[in-house]
Order: sequence, then C-alpha cells, then structure tokens
Amino acid sequence: MIVLEKRPQPSRAWSLATPVLAVVATMVFGGLLFALLGKNPVEAIRTIFWDPLFGEFAFYYRPQLLVKGAPLVLIAIGLSLGFKAGIWNIGAEGQYIMGAICGAAVGLAFYPLDAWYVFPLMVLGGALGGWAWAMIPGILKVRFGTNEILVSLMLVYVAEQLLASMSLGLLKNPEGFGFPGSRNLNDYPSASSWISQDLGMHWGVLAAFIAVIFAYVLLNRHMAGFHIRLTGDAPRAARFAGVHPGRLILFCLGISGALAGLAGLFEVAGPAGQITIDFNTGYGFTAIIVAFLGRLHPVGILLAGGLMALTYIGGEAAQSQMALPAAAIQVFQGMLLFFLLALDLLTNYRLRLKTREVA
Amino acid sequence: MSETLLSIRGLTKAYPGVVANSDVSFDIGAGEVHALLGENGAGKSTLVKMIYGLVKPDSGSMTLRGAPYAPAEPRAARADGIAMVFQHFSLFDALNVAENIALGMENPPPMRDLARRIREVSETYGLPLDPFRTVGDLSAGERQRVEIIRCLLQDPKLLIMDEPTSVLTPQEVEILFKTLTKLSAEGTAILYISHKLEEIRTLCDHATVLRLGKVVGECVPRESTAREMAELMVGTTLQTPTRAGRELGPVALALRGLSAASPSQFGTSLKNVHLEVKQGEVLGIGGVAGNGQDELLAVLSGEIPTDEGAVELKGAGIGRLGPTERRRLGLLTAPEERLGHAAAPDMSLTENAMLTGSVREGLERRGFLKWAAAQDFAEKIIKAFDVRTPGPDNAARSLSGGNLQKFVIGREVLQRPDVLVVNQPTWGVDASAAAAIRQALLDLAASGAAVICISQDLDELMEIADRFAALNEGRLSEPRPTTGLTVDEIGLMMGGAHGMEVAAVG
Repeated sequence: MIVLEKRPQPSRAWSLATPVLAVVATMVFGGLLFALLGKNPVEAIRTIFWDPLFGEFAFYYRPQLLVKGAPLVLIAIGLSLGFKAGIWNIGAEGQYIMGAICGAAVGLAFYPLDAWYVFPLMVLGGALGGWAWAMIPGILKVRFGTNEILVSLMLVYVAEQLLASMSLGLLKNPEGFGFPGSRNLNDYPSASSWISQDLGMHWGVLAAFIAVIFAYVLLNRHMAGFHIRLTGDAPRAARFAGVHPGRLILFCLGISGALAGLAGLFEVAGPAGQITIDFNTGYGFTAIIVAFLGRLHPVGILLAGGLMALTYIGGEAAQSQMALPAAAIQVFQGMLLFFLLALDLLTNYRLRLKTREVA
Repeated sequence: MSETLLSIRGLTKAYPGVVANSDVSFDIGAGEVHALLGENGAGKSTLVKMIYGLVKPDSGSMTLRGAPYAPAEPRAARADGIAMVFQHFSLFDALNVAENIALGMENPPPMRDLARRIREVSETYGLPLDPFRTVGDLSAGERQRVEIIRCLLQDPKLLIMDEPTSVLTPQEVEILFKTLTKLSAEGTAILYISHKLEEIRTLCDHATVLRLGKVVGECVPRESTAREMAELMVGTTLQTPTRAGRELGPVALALRGLSAASPSQFGTSLKNVHLEVKQGEVLGIGGVAGNGQDELLAVLSGEIPTDEGAVELKGAGIGRLGPTERRRLGLLTAPEERLGHAAAPDMSLTENAMLTGSVREGLERRGFLKWAAAQDFAEKIIKAFDVRTPGPDNAARSLSGGNLQKFVIGREVLQRPDVLVVNQPTWGVDASAAAAIRQALLDLAASGAAVICISQDLDELMEIADRFAALNEGRLSEPRPTTGLTVDEIGLMMGGAHGMEVAAVG
C-alpha cells in the first residue's frame, strides 16, 4: 500500500522540482491526447513549446509573448499576495475590466488634447478603477463577513455588463459609424501605452517587471509581507503578532485589484486599443493558474506567466497549423494546473510503499 | 497480590530515529492499581497504545489471563476486556451524553435502555451524570465521566487512564479516586499514567517507572517519597527553583472590572475580572482548563480589545491597544497553544523570533526587516534556553513540543518585559526543562518584572507564585498569598467540584 507521510519540514528540492515535473507530465499526457486525436504528438508539442521561441517565425511570436505574458504576470502578482494570506480574490477579471474602462474614460475625456500628463492620469484611473472594484468584496467581507470568493466572482459579470453598456453608450466612438466600441486609443499618441510595438514593449511589460521586484521585496524584506505570509501559515499566530485581519484583507484585495486594473488599462491603451464588448479575454482567470503555477513566488510567477503565454501562443499556432481543436488546447492548459496541484503534495509529504500492518 | 491479569514481556517499538520502548516488561495483577510513571517522551503513551491495540510492537509479547494477547486493533482489545480513557476527550459538543456513548458502541441498544444503563453505572460508581445533557454544557470533570462510563459499560477487566487528573479540581480528583478504588476492589485492574507523584502515592499499589523507553525501576508508591520517584523518573537530582527574597515595587499591571466575550462559541467569557500585580511579583492563576484562561491571555496580549481603562499598564489605560503597541510598552505574553498561536508551524525559528521580537529587539526599521538581527536573536534564544534544534533555519513544527515551548518562553523572557504573562509555560515539557523555565520566570521577577503565570499545574503555581487566584467560569477569585494555602482552599477557589454533588460511594 502506498502511504503519505508528512515531512518534518517542506522539502525545498521538491518545491523547485514539482513545477518542472508538472510540465513534463503535461507534455506526456498532452502528447497522448493529441495522439488520440490523430495528430503527431511530437510535432504538436514542438509547435506549442518550441516554435514560438526558436522556430522560423519566432520574430513574429516573441513580441506576442510579452504582450500576452505581461497582464498575466501583473495580475497574478497581485493575486498571489492575497492567496498567500488565504484571501481569495477570484474576480481579477472584473477588476481588469473596470481598470480598462476607468483608464480609457480618463484618456477619452482628454481627447484630442496632446499633453504628457494624459497617460499618467490614465494609469492612475486604471489603478483606482480596479482598486475600487476590489474594495466591494473587501469591505463586504470585513463589515459583514461575506465570502470574498463569491462576491468578487459575481462582480466579474457585473463588470462585463458595464463593459457592454460602455461600448454601446457612454464611451462609444462618436465617429464610429454606429459600430459598438470606443475610439481607438492607438490613434491618440498621448494615450497609448506602446513603447515599441515591433518589440511588443508597452508600459504594462515594464509594470509587470516592477511588480515582480516590488512583490519580492515586500514578501521578503517588509513587515507587511511578513504579516501576509504569517496570516497564511497561522492566522492565530498572525493576530498574536499584531496583524489586524480586516486591514490585511483590504490591503491584499486593494493591491490585487489595483494591479488587475493597471493590466486592463495597459491592455486597452495598447494591444486592444479600444473598449469593446468582448474586450476581456480571460486574463483575470488565467492569472489564477499563473499564480499557483508560480508557487505564489514572484519569480516563479514571472516564469509561469511566460510559460502560460507560450502555451497560448503555441496553442493558437497549433490550432491554425495542425487543425487541433481549441478544446484540446484548453484541456492541455487544464492538465498543467492539475498536475501542478497534484504534484505539489510531494513538497509536504513523501510517498512510501508499505505493507499494511496486520496482526 | 492476586493472580496476574496482564503480563508484558520485552515489548519493543522503534520509530524512525527514536526507540519509544525498549524491552519493557512488567505484570499487572487483577484488581491492582498500577502506575506507569515517566516524563514526557519516556514512552508511556506508546506502551499503552500497544496494549490497546493502536500500535503494533516490533517485538515482545503480552499474555492476558495466561493466553497470548496481540490485539490487532482497539476493537479486539475492547473485546478482551481492555478499556482506555484518553487524555483528550473524543466527544461531540453538540450531542448529548447518551448519544455520544452510543456512537462509540458496536451495537448500541435503544436510547431508553442505554440511558437506564448509564444511570445505573453512574450511580453504582458515584459518578452522577444525566444521560440527556448536552456535552457542550458539561465541565471537563463531567466530560471525563462520560468517557469513564463509556468504558465501564463494556465491563472492562483492565482500565487504562492517561493523565486523568490534569483537567480536574482537587475535589473532582477525590471523587475520581473513590470511583477507581471501588472499581479496583471489585477486581478491575487499573493502569494509571501520570507524572503527578502525590496522586500516585495516594492511589496506586505498584509503580513502574519508564525513562527513555526503558523500565528503570519499580516501587511501591506508598513506601517511597515523591522525591525518590521523581529522581528515578528524571535520572538526575532535581533542581528545585530558588526564590530570592524580592522587593515588590509599584503596581505594574491591573485589570479593573474587565469583562470580555469569548470569540469562540464554546469559549468562556470573562466576567468582571479584577487583579493587580506589582513589579517583582509572580501572580499564579489556577483553574481547570476552559474556564477563561485563553480569553484572559488574549485580553492581556491585545488580541481581544476591551475598554480603555479595563487594562492598565503602569497606570495608563491600554485596553484598546493591539499586540504590537503593548509589546512596545513592555507587556509581553506567551500563549498556551505553541503551534499555530505562539509560533507559526511552517516558518523558521528566525521568522518566529521576528514574530514577537520585531519591536523590542529592533528587528525592523520603517517596516523593513533585519533578518540578520532576527537570526542573531533566534540563536540567542536557542543558546540561552537550551533549545535542541540543528539551527534557527529549522521550521517550528520540526521541534518537539518541549523544545518549542522553551523557544517560545525564551523569546519573551529575553526581551526584558516589564510584565510577562504566560499560559501553561511548562505544559508537555520534561522535568528538568520545566525547572529551567520556572527558574527563568523567577529570575525575571527578581529583576523587577511582574509575572502572571496561568497554569493548570498547581504544584507549579505553589512553587513559583507569591499570590494565587483561580479562574472559574470566567470569574477570577480574590488573590491570596500562596504561603499557608491548603489544597482544600485552592480547590474551593477553583470552584469545588464544579456544581457536581459528591455522591456517596457505597
């Protein structure tokens, strides 16, 4: 019989090895899945993992990686702070939308003014929009003890309705011939988040890197980060250490909301360009996977965001080049999270083969 | 002595890295009250788990009434007439007594018959208990009765009791002892596990002493002194903490009419608590577990905020301040629950040193943490309090209970508090380490700090406290000087037999 034995302390080696193992297991079982679908598994895996980075058309895919990875990392960093303390913000998608709406609204309000301060004000608007949206579950939880998982998730759908209303109403392009959607901010240089479109560089990419460093310093060198980790490990000990649980909840939700809002703003002012009904593409949900894939560690999240972006871009390439169904790619991405969580067990437990004690 | 009931020969059980029992042999006669004596970690629990079928021995044999006995599981042990009352009760608070007992039975009879049998047994043995009361409303002593009656319904030949008196007032202990004596007179053997020597001297016919998994001696407790048995148990001469004559200073900490609701549903709210403790004084607070000890500590640590003036430190109201501000002002605390409250299990000792030491030890500056300084502080605690661990990078949960306790107490003592409040400072700590912790508390008081020691170990309180008060259902009795206090008086301060009438034992 196989038994699980708790390790006296978490194994450092395993906590580093399990993400790698999970990726390998995903490749094996994903390959099996593709083979069952009648595709060449080696080619499919190569198309997903190798070609976007080093293949013939890598020059096209690499900037895409930055564009896809940046919002994932930015949102996941914010989520990871809360997750570490046991505060589950599932509604980053909604905060992302609200950040985009508020930020874009600021920019559109100034249109067509050409001034250096337009973009910084939009950034502020985006962060505030996301922050405010996250404060709703935060305040409800602190005041009335509601479940932040449910409230934040439900607010995603509210935000989606608001998004539709904005692109059809208040923020609709007056010169858009009646089509839904706002003005394209890419045509308004003062409001664009692009630094270099050819390289895939926009301010969101920089912000993601800054967020990684900020989170690393916060968690390892600052009292607030220590309190976050303490709350996650032992809530009673955290109280004893002087942590105010309500303040911590608001802090974590606020930061994750603001970062998600920023991601939305950088997206709308850059790669997306305009507020449309289908502006959001699920970054807020995928970032949850990224946060766990990165083991809630800032550097891990950076790597995980890159990996996730790779499966997106590679997955799309595999869809178009090998005619793989989109569902298969989603299953593939789901496998990654599954294996990661399943193998995570090995960090705290060891497997032992044991004959059952029978007298 | 009558015929032998259970005979144990050469029982050995090893766990990875530690030999829990090595070649343990002894006999228990029918109707004998046999004490199993030893420090924490001496192997008492493993031994009785083997007898009760919870653990399988690596080697050795047992014979029960002349026949080989090797229970595969507790059910088999119970079928052979062996019953056990555990130290920690396994009862559901929301169910009533009869339902709880029915849950533990293979084929429970109809509730009405069961209730009748519970009444019969409880009257026969002087353990009054209403089968239809909800367990959540019972005192610890009454809960223990539920466990005992659950065992007695099986009509056992051997009753194993693991530290049964740790949750009882002296009066409740007396009732328990009468029951046990009656059982033994009827021919039921009792294996009594304890480290409280005076109890064993009163109750037991025979004692087997374990140290580090081996039998190191046997004695007839009535003919030995407590000191002889203690030294047999510890293996060295015991250091009794010494109290220097102390000058008492002005009042350091005062509670003035403090009332606070418990944050947990089955907790005890504090009701109108008054106390004063002076600089250089040790105030001992006794009481049966669950009478408001945790709440009192939380109120003092700042985890439960109260009215501004209800808690006074050096004359200033601090009732609204949180733990960090209180530490800055010199009020430090060490809760009872080591893992998860006093320390974070998965964090290293360095991080745990940071947990309460950041303010007074200067381990942070403007919110930024000085890990090197925290590590030095952790190393200082490890050294000063002889914490056995490879180093400060080890997780708190990898330490044994006693070692972690030394770390937790050491962490607060070394921060030179003006007032230190500890809850169960030596719970689960071996005798020599316990003596060291008590000495550290006394030294702290000698250096002018006020110390409040909340404990269920009355011997400990008598040893170190200048004054004694008891918590009973959230109320604190008037503190009295410990010198000249009798066990009876202490028992009454603790609430006597907790509303249970002392039933006549036939």
